[in-house]
Amino acid sequence: MSLITPDFGLIVWMTLIFGIVFFILAKWGFPMITDSVRKRADRINSSIKAAKEAEERLRNLAAEQSEMIEEARKEQARILKEAAASRDRIVEQAKVQAQDEATKIMDHARTQIAAEKESAMRDIRKEVALLSVSVAEKVLKKDLEDSGSQAEFLDRLVDEISE
Amino acid sequence: MKKWIVILLSLLLPLALPAQEAQPVDDAPFDMDEYLYGHVRDSYEWHITTVKGKPVSIPLPVILISKNGGGFHCFSSKHLEEGEYKGFYIAPAGSKYENKIVERGAGGAEIRPWDFSVTKNVAGLLINCALLLFIVLGTASWYRKHDAVEEAPTGAVGVMEMLVTMVEDDIIKDCVGEDYRKYSPYLLTAFFFIFINNLMGIVPFFPGGANVTGNIAVTLVLALFTFFTVNVFGNKHYWKEILWPEVPTWLKVPIPLMPVIEVIGMFTKPFSLMVRLFANILAGHFMILGVVAVVFLTARMGLAINSGLSAVAVILGVFMDCLEILVAFIQAYVFTMLSAVFIGLSRQKPEVE
Repeated sequence: MSLITPDFGLIVWMTLIFGIVFFILAKWGFPMITDSVRKRADRINSSIKAAKEAEERLRNLAAEQSEMIEEARKEQARILKEAAASRDRIVEQAKVQAQDEATKIMDHARTQIAAEKESAMRDIRKEVALLSVSVAEKVLKKDLEDSGSQAEFLDRLVDEISE
Repeated sequence: MKKWIVILLSLLLPLALPAQEAQPVDDAPFDMDEYLYGHVRDSYEWHITTVKGKPVSIPLPVILISKNGGGFHCFSSKHLEEGEYKGFYIAPAGSKYENKIVERGAGGAEIRPWDFSVTKNVAGLLINCALLLFIVLGTASWYRKHDAVEEAPTGAVGVMEMLVTMVEDDIIKDCVGEDYRKYSPYLLTAFFFIFINNLMGIVPFFPGGANVTGNIAVTLVLALFTFFTVNVFGNKHYWKEILWPEVPTWLKVPIPLMPVIEVIGMFTKPFSLMVRLFANILAGHFMILGVVAVVFLTARMGLAINSGLSAVAVILGVFMDCLEILVAFIQAYVFTMLSAVFIGLSRQKPEVE
């Protein structure tokens, strides 16, 4: 058989066999393999992307965290400062209030004392007056036992009143 | 290194001796033509070896439809060994149909019947395709049974996956372009078909050894498949480029010079595919056969020359076989790549100006 003249029978067989093989492989062979590989490749790609995103997020998270800590520290300092200020203010206020209260109590006490003193003085005066009246009574009783001195005393009294 | 050469030579010596015995000194000189062409051409039976001058071969079915009213015939090729059978015989050397089955016409002239015999190449094709189907469908069944998204195959399936991925990513995706997935089954089939047939052609004994991809009928059909794939699915732009290319008008009218060249180009592309694969594989077979022939050619020159040159031939043969394995891959790769390029050209979109 000549090498460079294609044999008709072999062409027919080759067409038939290659056609069948192609049909079978194109239907059940290669698409199965290539699709699976493609799916896996897609999966790997998406996984890598997801991992990258997660890493990125993690990095952002760390930055966010440190930011939050910084903020918290600032807040702490602010609160501490405020607390100190408000403490000072409260103490100040309390001092003022105490002073006021003390003054009020002192005033009250003073007026009380004054009132007490007044009433005591009044009592004493009343007592003294009563005492002096009774002394005077007793003196008068003794002095006016005689009628002459009675008249004399009457006269003096009249004088005194009339003056 | 020296030690290894000595060991190799001593191993080869007994191999060289029977060759000398098989070719008696007083026998006719070694028939180089018959040796070379007998190995690469198609034949009606599968010759395996020759024991004591008697050929040992596997008979294959001969299927014929007579052209002079003899009807349909199907018989074993062993009937043809003795000579004529049912009016059919293998044309002798010197005939127009040398080594092919012929029948006698009305005028006594030899005519060729419709010959659909399962020849050595057809049988080889069937065996290789069965192997190809087994390998590819076996690989595909792994993906059917496993969740390929979650796990990757190992072993033989892994090798196949690597090859498939390589062909698809490196050749098909790059050369075809956008909608490459439509063409990837054909191109992958072509690649693995050629690759496995090339490899089986290098295997020197049954079931390998049939010179399938080194036969022009086989490469012709492969090239035709590519030709039809290119031209059936070619887009408008592709046909415009052929029939009305963008060249000065006087090249197209009145003599359609460029369209004619383009139309010729349509056919030369698959023709080059056909010849390239055929010639490369055939040449590879000739080279290996030629190197091995040294063993037989020197059989009459005495033991020393014979064994020495046989050792050289074996070393060269090993080298040639390695080269042919490489060529088997490269030719499959090139055929697939060029087919993909031609398909890609037929799918090209017009450039936006």
